[in-house]
Amino acid sequence: MAVLEAAARAQEKDDGAGHVTFLKVDNLSKHFGGLAAVSHFNCGLEKGELVGLIGPNGSGKSTIFNVITGIYKPTAGSIYLDGKDISRLRPDEIALLGIGRTFQNIRLFSQLSVLDNVKVGRHLRLRSSLFSAAFGLPGYRREEEEISDAAIKLLERVGLARLAQEEARALPYGLQRKLEIARALATEPKLLLLDEPAAGMNPTEMHELMDFILRIMEEFKLTVFLVEHHMRMIMGICPRIFVLDHGVTIAHGTPDEIQNDPKVIEAYLGVEEEEDA
Amino acid sequence: MIPMKRETGRILTAISLLVLCLLVYWAERNLDPYLRRILNLIAINIIWAVSFNLIYGYTGQYTLGHAGFIAIGAYAAALLTLAPAEKQSMFLLDPCIWPLNSIQWPFGPSLILGAFLAAIAGFLIAFPALKLRGDYMAIVTLGFSEILRVIIINTQSITNGALGLKAIPAHTNLFWSWGWAVFTIFVVRMLGNSSYGRAFKAIRSDEIAAATTGVSVFRHKLIAFVIASMFAGIGGGLLANLMSTIDPLAFQTVLSTQVTTIVVLGGVGSITGSILSSVIYISLFELLRPIDQPMKLAFLTIPGRPGMRLMLSAMIFLGVILFYQKGIMGSKEFSWPWLFSKLQPVLKKRTTEQDT
Amino acid sequence: MTWNLFLQHLANGISLGGLYALIAIGYTIVYGVLRLINFAHGDIFMMGAYIAFYGVALFLLPWYVSFPLAIVVAAILGMIIERAAYRPLRDAPRVSVLMSAIAVSILLQNIGFVLFGGVPKAFPRPSLFAQVWNLGGVAVLSLTFYTVLISAALLVAMAYLVYRTKVGRAMRAVSWDFEIAKLMGININHVISLTFAIGSVLAVAGSIMWSMKFPQLLPLMGVTPGLKCFIAAVVGGIGSVPGAVLGGFILGLGEVMIVAFLPGLSGFKYAFAYSALILVLLLKPRGLLGKMAEEKA
Repeated sequence: MAVLEAAARAQEKDDGAGHVTFLKVDNLSKHFGGLAAVSHFNCGLEKGELVGLIGPNGSGKSTIFNVITGIYKPTAGSIYLDGKDISRLRPDEIALLGIGRTFQNIRLFSQLSVLDNVKVGRHLRLRSSLFSAAFGLPGYRREEEEISDAAIKLLERVGLARLAQEEARALPYGLQRKLEIARALATEPKLLLLDEPAAGMNPTEMHELMDFILRIMEEFKLTVFLVEHHMRMIMGICPRIFVLDHGVTIAHGTPDEIQNDPKVIEAYLGVEEEEDA
Repeated sequence: MIPMKRETGRILTAISLLVLCLLVYWAERNLDPYLRRILNLIAINIIWAVSFNLIYGYTGQYTLGHAGFIAIGAYAAALLTLAPAEKQSMFLLDPCIWPLNSIQWPFGPSLILGAFLAAIAGFLIAFPALKLRGDYMAIVTLGFSEILRVIIINTQSITNGALGLKAIPAHTNLFWSWGWAVFTIFVVRMLGNSSYGRAFKAIRSDEIAAATTGVSVFRHKLIAFVIASMFAGIGGGLLANLMSTIDPLAFQTVLSTQVTTIVVLGGVGSITGSILSSVIYISLFELLRPIDQPMKLAFLTIPGRPGMRLMLSAMIFLGVILFYQKGIMGSKEFSWPWLFSKLQPVLKKRTTEQDT
Repeated sequence: MTWNLFLQHLANGISLGGLYALIAIGYTIVYGVLRLINFAHGDIFMMGAYIAFYGVALFLLPWYVSFPLAIVVAAILGMIIERAAYRPLRDAPRVSVLMSAIAVSILLQNIGFVLFGGVPKAFPRPSLFAQVWNLGGVAVLSLTFYTVLISAALLVAMAYLVYRTKVGRAMRAVSWDFEIAKLMGININHVISLTFAIGSVLAVAGSIMWSMKFPQLLPLMGVTPGLKCFIAAVVGGIGSVPGAVLGGFILGLGEVMIVAFLPGLSGFKYAFAYSALILVLLLKPRGLLGKMAEEKA
């Protein structure tokens, strides 16, 4: 019930009582030349929610993430974070405002060490000037210590601390995903966009990941928007799910509602068998 | 790797710097001018190569504009340090404009102003150039360099055009050149190991991921580019007061390519590599000067033509790109623990021998 | 500015434009298949002119043998360069092959200095091209006429090749997508070699006509035309053959007209070319007729 209430609230921009939806995507469309990758997408997330976004390949899920994080600019529509219009901001400005993300094809800084990857996430909070960094002034050295401490603590929390000096690209796939999440957490996000974090995982790893996501949500007070292909994972942890097909929202509701929605079944014909393989 | 206290490393570095000071002092007083000139050129190329690493090695942006920034630094230092009387007699086509025709500055401020102007030029060029993709960025920065040369040739009242400048006071000595080289190495190393350095390398690795991790990509490219152009200008000023003459032909694309060759040879992204390859390349280049002229060896005349050295240089460049991309140092750097781990076997052997 | 003078300038402009177009095509087709800016293209231009010169001066061949021979040798040279300096780097980061092209360019220039010397050589101008015709009151060098004729013929041949033959289709396929072209059974290496050969043929045909017009041969003679024609290719839209032609004519006519109408600025004309380049890259990066696809993140 609480989920449905939250859902209803999120769909309204402002219910007049001064409530502002945390993340509001308003009538978003994105066209590439003649191709409409996303059409009239609407959604709202409240603080602390875990919302899922599913859809067949090419339905526009990653495109939506890319627009939210500023990699693409919307063709039409707007994105609001805590009431602020972020539609035309640069990706780094959006990161500073509190949105972090991971990518479908892991995008680590492959030549950097595990620790350095996470440290990059602290760069946007740097207070020292370029000058003090260039000359190693005491003020900067202190900040460098802080960055180090914060980064190591994050690695400990995700269980990667003993691999801190390894090259990022040397890590096994599953750990690379964790590192990407750690790097995003380093930026102190309020909203985390996870793009198919369970890709390529077996059921055990997936369960671990599900627990991990719920844990960090609690620990870091995050709101999470999750794109996934693994139905079990999405249905298992997301109280609310949007379904996309060819750029258009075809369903929105609880896992039960989604699973029984004829339009969803049609779009996903045969996916149950595939997923078990 | 032997674990080493940071203080030990610092002490060793300080000692090395002291040794370097003594060597420079000795060299300045005792070596003949030819050797001193080579050593000065090595230091200047170290400044160029190490600072190029900032924009190319760390940030991954391949630009071809150094010759332009070097030229700005060179002309600025030359025009400011030249005596007014010289300027009057030298500027044949158009008299030198005010205030340049009546001022003469000391070396230090002239270098600084030249570097500052080069930095401003870098700032202005960056806006069109750094937003473009790889090959276009190279072309536009090359274009800037060429445009600048054309401007230099055509503004006779400031630069004396194609006639160039001569009788520039020979202020550059080994203290100046190596002093600036050490400074450049220090700054670039500090930056490289700092949060900024990590941000630069993140950009090289994956611009989009860097951006979503909060790195303002354009701003950081700009920072690296402007700092690199500033040091290019310093090197240019040192060059002008070393060679005592400069003209627009000295600042063609070949000069930018020379810096690139040195960096690639040393290992892109390695300061140590850039230093080593500057030494090797410049020494070779200068020592091979004779092959540009025919040589007599006993009864054989080995034909030599101008262009042989550059031909060899281009072949080395090509060879490195095709067969030796990692360069001398790869992307590794020198560090005291590394040196000691290399020496450890030797030290161990000595002590075991003493025991028996 | 009399009408006659204007027509003369116009004729010169068209003639120069045709030459620039021929050279610009070489840049654009190589960029189309390899995404490489072949810095060495201008130096093949230079080499071809010297080979044609030595064919006549040293080997005493008649010009109608030496000139075509130079074109053939240049085509082979282009293919050798591709094989030795670019093909090994096909999977390397783009920067490497760009640096390789620069290295080859400098290498060729200095091989030129070493082999041919820095003293200018005088290129032969056969009498066929040296006549002065009087066309309706306008004095035109027969060379200008033949240049336009030959350039036009080559451009038509080029258009036919690219749009009407199987080979041309293969070239276009490779320039769209390497992998898919491979899957369709196209031999990439052959197509690329051929592309370099064609580019070199056009460049040297251009350089021979150029040298008959501006008879001074120097090892660095290819640098300025090379860069200008690269700019022409970019302005017209790099990767597009019609774009290269358009760019070449714009540049050729523009250059002649600027010198004709604003003689005081002729020193800056080189700078204008580069400024035009920067403007185009900023405002319309794909060039006037360009259609290179945007990269998706």
